Amino acid sequence: MSKVAVFDTRPEQAVRAESPLAITRLADRVASNASAEAGVTLREKAFLGHLILRGGAIALDEAVREVLGISLPAKPSALAHDESGERSIQWLSPDEWLVIVPGGEEFELENRLREQMGDAHFAIVNVGGGQTVIELSGPYAREVLMKSAIYDVHPSHFPVGKGVTTVFAKATAIIRRPSEDRWELVVRRSFADYCGRWIIDASEEYGLNVLD
Amino acid sequence: MKHDKQPNRLLEGGRIDRDRPLTFSFNGQSYTGFAGDTLASALLANGVDIVNRSFKYSRPRGIVAAGAEEPNAVVQLGSSEAAQVPNVRATQQALYDGLSARSTNGWPNVQRDLMGTIGKLSGGFMPPGFYYKTFMAPASMWMTYEKYIRKSAGLGRSPTESDPDIYDHLHQHCDVLVIGAGPAGLAAALSAARGGARVILCDEQETMGGSLLDSREMLDGQPAAQWADSALDELASLDNVTLLPRTTANGYHDHNFVTLHERRTEHLADVAPLANGRRQVRSRLHRVRAGQVVLATGAHERPLVYAGNDVPGNLLAGAVSTYIRRYGVAPGNKLVLSTSNDHAYRAALDWSEAGREVVAIVDARANPDGELVTQAQALGIRVITGSAVVEAKGANRVTGARVAKIDIDGFKVVGKAEELTCDTIASSGGYSPVIHLASHTGARPTWRDDILGFVPGKVTGMTATGGANGVYALAEVIADGSQVGAQAASASGHQTAPIDLPSVAAIREGAAVALYQVPHEKTTLRAPKQFVDLQNDVTAAGIEVATREGFESIEHVKRYTAMGFGTDQGKLGNINGMAIAARCLKRSIPEVGTTVFRPNYTPVTFGAIVGRHCRELFDPERYTSLHEWHIKHGAEFEDVGQWKRPWYFPQTVNGKPETMHEAVARECRAVREKVGILDATTLGKIDIQGKDAREFLGRVYTNKWEKLAVGRVRYGLMCKDDGMLMDDGTTSCLGENHFLMTTTTGGAAGVMEWLELWHQTEWPELEVYFTSVTDHWATMTVTGPEARNLLAEITDIDLDRDTFKFMDWREGKVAGVPARVFRISFTGELAYEINVQANYAMPVWEALFEHGDKYGLTPYGTETMHVLRAEKGMIIVGQDTDGSVTPEDLGMHWAIGYDKPFSWIGKRALTRPDTRRENRKQLVGLRPKDPKVVLQEGAQIVFDPDQAIPMAMMGHVTSSYYSPILDSGFALAVVKGGHKRMGDTVYLPMADGQTHAAEIVGPIFYDPKGARQNV
Amino acid sequence: MFNIYCPYCEEHREEEEFHPKGQAHIQRPTDPDACSDKAWGDYLFFRDNPRGIHHELWVHAVGCRKFFNITRHTVSYAILETYKMGEQPTITAESLASEEKQGDVQVADGGLQTVGASDNSVSESKGAKV
Repeated sequence: MSKVAVFDTRPEQAVRAESPLAITRLADRVASNASAEAGVTLREKAFLGHLILRGGAIALDEAVREVLGISLPAKPSALAHDESGERSIQWLSPDEWLVIVPGGEEFELENRLREQMGDAHFAIVNVGGGQTVIELSGPYAREVLMKSAIYDVHPSHFPVGKGVTTVFAKATAIIRRPSEDRWELVVRRSFADYCGRWIIDASEEYGLNVLD
Repeated sequence: MKHDKQPNRLLEGGRIDRDRPLTFSFNGQSYTGFAGDTLASALLANGVDIVNRSFKYSRPRGIVAAGAEEPNAVVQLGSSEAAQVPNVRATQQALYDGLSARSTNGWPNVQRDLMGTIGKLSGGFMPPGFYYKTFMAPASMWMTYEKYIRKSAGLGRSPTESDPDIYDHLHQHCDVLVIGAGPAGLAAALSAARGGARVILCDEQETMGGSLLDSREMLDGQPAAQWADSALDELASLDNVTLLPRTTANGYHDHNFVTLHERRTEHLADVAPLANGRRQVRSRLHRVRAGQVVLATGAHERPLVYAGNDVPGNLLAGAVSTYIRRYGVAPGNKLVLSTSNDHAYRAALDWSEAGREVVAIVDARANPDGELVTQAQALGIRVITGSAVVEAKGANRVTGARVAKIDIDGFKVVGKAEELTCDTIASSGGYSPVIHLASHTGARPTWRDDILGFVPGKVTGMTATGGANGVYALAEVIADGSQVGAQAASASGHQTAPIDLPSVAAIREGAAVALYQVPHEKTTLRAPKQFVDLQNDVTAAGIEVATREGFESIEHVKRYTAMGFGTDQGKLGNINGMAIAARCLKRSIPEVGTTVFRPNYTPVTFGAIVGRHCRELFDPERYTSLHEWHIKHGAEFEDVGQWKRPWYFPQTVNGKPETMHEAVARECRAVREKVGILDATTLGKIDIQGKDAREFLGRVYTNKWEKLAVGRVRYGLMCKDDGMLMDDGTTSCLGENHFLMTTTTGGAAGVMEWLELWHQTEWPELEVYFTSVTDHWATMTVTGPEARNLLAEITDIDLDRDTFKFMDWREGKVAGVPARVFRISFTGELAYEINVQANYAMPVWEALFEHGDKYGLTPYGTETMHVLRAEKGMIIVGQDTDGSVTPEDLGMHWAIGYDKPFSWIGKRALTRPDTRRENRKQLVGLRPKDPKVVLQEGAQIVFDPDQAIPMAMMGHVTSSYYSPILDSGFALAVVKGGHKRMGDTVYLPMADGQTHAAEIVGPIFYDPKGARQNV
Repeated sequence: MFNIYCPYCEEHREEEEFHPKGQAHIQRPTDPDACSDKAWGDYLFFRDNPRGIHHELWVHAVGCRKFFNITRHTVSYAILETYKMGEQPTITAESLASEEKQGDVQVADGGLQTVGASDNSVSESKGAKV
């Protein structure tokens, strides 16, 4: 056996999966409030591949560039995407990054990264079942974030390409800004329902639209 | 009756809309005001003299001020029970149609007051220090006193029905926060904003502009209010500026963190109206982190302290001007002005221009000579110099003013008093910069003799400007504000862009004189009451008594007299009180010092404080991926930290729902006899990788890890370095350099931080990484004699008892889903813990039930889990331990590796004399002599039940349950020297007089050899 | 509510993201078993409680999860510098005292805050470090 156990947690055949926010039944809850003029739009980006990378920046950068074609963001709180915008790497800590890729890619990605990293001191951990991505957009998305998070989300302080771990309501979340008009929250599975209900509540005065 | 007209409303003037009349009620009576009024201006317009009864003496009180400093017109607002808001200042409440307010105080009513009679009958009813003198003992009477005091003292009342409104918080960040939108604040905000800084400008009033709104001055040849309007227009047009009217800066905290209370709909109705068909936020707390704070909070005028100065009709001079100029209200007909300075002459000039009679201006100075004095004299107003109003006459309204020459330095009246007939006395003893916010930070204010007031102390990142910094002349105020704003922008990395200063036709003012308490012919103690703090009914005599009784520190004087207490926070009276204390103590004001002002500056509703953190969003509820199943199957839930865990699953038996006792007994038997299933997802899980992972485990756990093979699992104890148990759990060897640690549900975050602490601070050389995977994996425990048979139906893993042994783990598929299965047991039965990626947990769980029927598969909750583990003597950290229990105390020597090469965390402490003591509390089992008894958890243990009280307590029960399998109560307990007391009888005296007897036994009650988990 | 500069995230963050972990620079004895009971007790239980400059260990718990140190004034609550694990403070009670002596200013003794020019030295050093 290898020194580290890799494990593909996705079933080969089709098995019903439930996203962390499934329990909230968001669409049912906001049905009465949803409208074309809703100031905030929410979409869960469920079942993506999430990997935590730990290790030295130089070795990881080489491996990530080779395997993903993205440079490892070296600056604190930096968020980088590939050209398609579907794959991203975010700086979480001087020796920790979050990789998010389309669901199903993560196991092969882990294996290829491990191969590239060889004997270096590093860790790769699949955390995809433990967190989900909530996308917020719309003219009042930033106001909802201001109601929820203690971090300064003003564009001058939170440009596109930034992502931070911070306090969201009474939970913890990663807030990311992948593009001008979209925000992403990465929340832990067990807090997802709380965060979802919080967003519904905080959006009340603007109107919330939920997309599948 | 004065219902449908407004006798004191002027025919013109003011920033009110006479075309929009509004109806409102006060103390049940209906009145009319205009849009743009405050409740206070509308009450004055309607000639309402008495708005409250005073706190202690129950004297009639009228409106004194026009802003936040108002001490008397503190009302209870709300037309329905649910909309009640206490302690609203009428001077800060915009009038709206249908507004309903009542006096906070004055039971049964303000006009004829029961308490007033009592107060008058017993003059010494509430002397200074009455809290302490009256209520020191018996303490148990406080509840009675408090009820009575609250009712009579006017502290308002909270609604008894649920608030229909919503509230929230907004986290704000800015370069420059400007507090106060008067001339200084507007200038500061403009220059900071023009420099490019992110600016927030807040102001507590309905309309921004501050003193400019009722100023006599002309700016650039136009009324000052117009300059304010154009400044506000420019600010509103800038993207980098946030304007927050009706927003009070209430608390100034560390590192420029300021809380702002914005009242968003309070000026519209008592319940927030819908906007675009949606509910809107009634009030909002802005939590602002500012780079720079500009304090432009202005100054409060100080009233003079003279006899009878609390009779309705005594007002601040500046308030008189404000009511006339801003609201078109003259609060009386015949005015006497008593002043120590030129500035206050404006009140008399405004009064005169409004067509009302100024009886006299009484000036404490011998030779006032400023421009305003000349103007007053030119209007033919009588100016009496070297004098002051020494006593107001009247009961429910001022009827006259006794005026006399005074010797300020000698603190005496010289010459004979003259009585002037009047209905209004305006007074001004100078101006106190509003330093409250700066004081919140702990900064001690500085006294300045030149302005006769305190200015804010030094706070990093804060600058006071304008009136708040003792700058009063309008031209200087605007120049100062502009410069301060530019500096603040520059300090936060922006350009310096001071504004063009408007030309001001300056009015020359003569010097003021220091006058606080006005002398009376009688001594302070014998003169009619001279009020210092109107809200708390503190008199000059009260302060004098306090100093005579030995209270020399101003903080003690405050507490003894209640000066500046509560919602008042000393806005009006504090400086006067200090001056009187200084006079009595024969010291200077700076020597006496000032008291500390505390947040909040004005009352904040609980709604705003709580924001959205209420009801189902009060605290996060954490759910496992199987939560919906538990709900569907009728689980009762238990809170474990923030997690919701199934506690037990009551079934309906013969049409009746099971009790908890019945459900738990059934679940226990199912596990012992057939098979049960538990959602164990909440256990903390930490993925550990790196070549030094094994070494690290050896240092943080008490037992050995060097030989744990891949595929094996081990139970470990984690201590702090004081040797006390902090967490426990199993850790599995996934690969040579790869481990999966489990922690207790409640300990997960703490253990993770603990591992990082040691790695980052003490052993950074160890190559190891920790990652939380608690939420990634769902964990289902299948346990009971039939567990293997059930699992075998849906897994490809070889479950052979000799190859997949107890404390092994294997990977494979369960119900088609990749799974790691751990053969560990917290029940003492054959058990498998199945880990699958959480998104797939539900189909796996459901597949187990599809196949589980024939085996009698029973879901069980935490209560059954507790019973089963306790029967096996397995501890729960935090229940059977409390931070003072070592592994030795638990009898777990087998899990302590004293001979490991590294001195692991906790080892050294286990050889300290205290941890080796023989009579430490040690974990034992207790078997009640009467098997029907289930001992109380927490019950104290004694060895001799006949000893005198207080008995020597020798231990306590930590876990206690009824065991269905033993058909008996049983317990775990910690007992002094318990390990050597097996077989002893101990006693548990209960509060109800019963005493239970129990035998000390080993902690394992069931299957002591552990055969059942090894089958 | 402190505003704390995280030396790893390289920006100021709100206090809610951090946990205080007590006095900084407490080193675990390298050979605990050779420690006397008294020495071990000192390590376990005894901590400084100064009025003035204090070096504290904090962790950016809701953030990068890194431990770091803060030099903080326990009266004014001013944070004078933050520095990474393994580094030493540049501002200490001693260094400030000698600076003040040179500048001929004093830290007020009776008040609740640091007053006078010493505050300038504080904010200057803050600007330099943080």
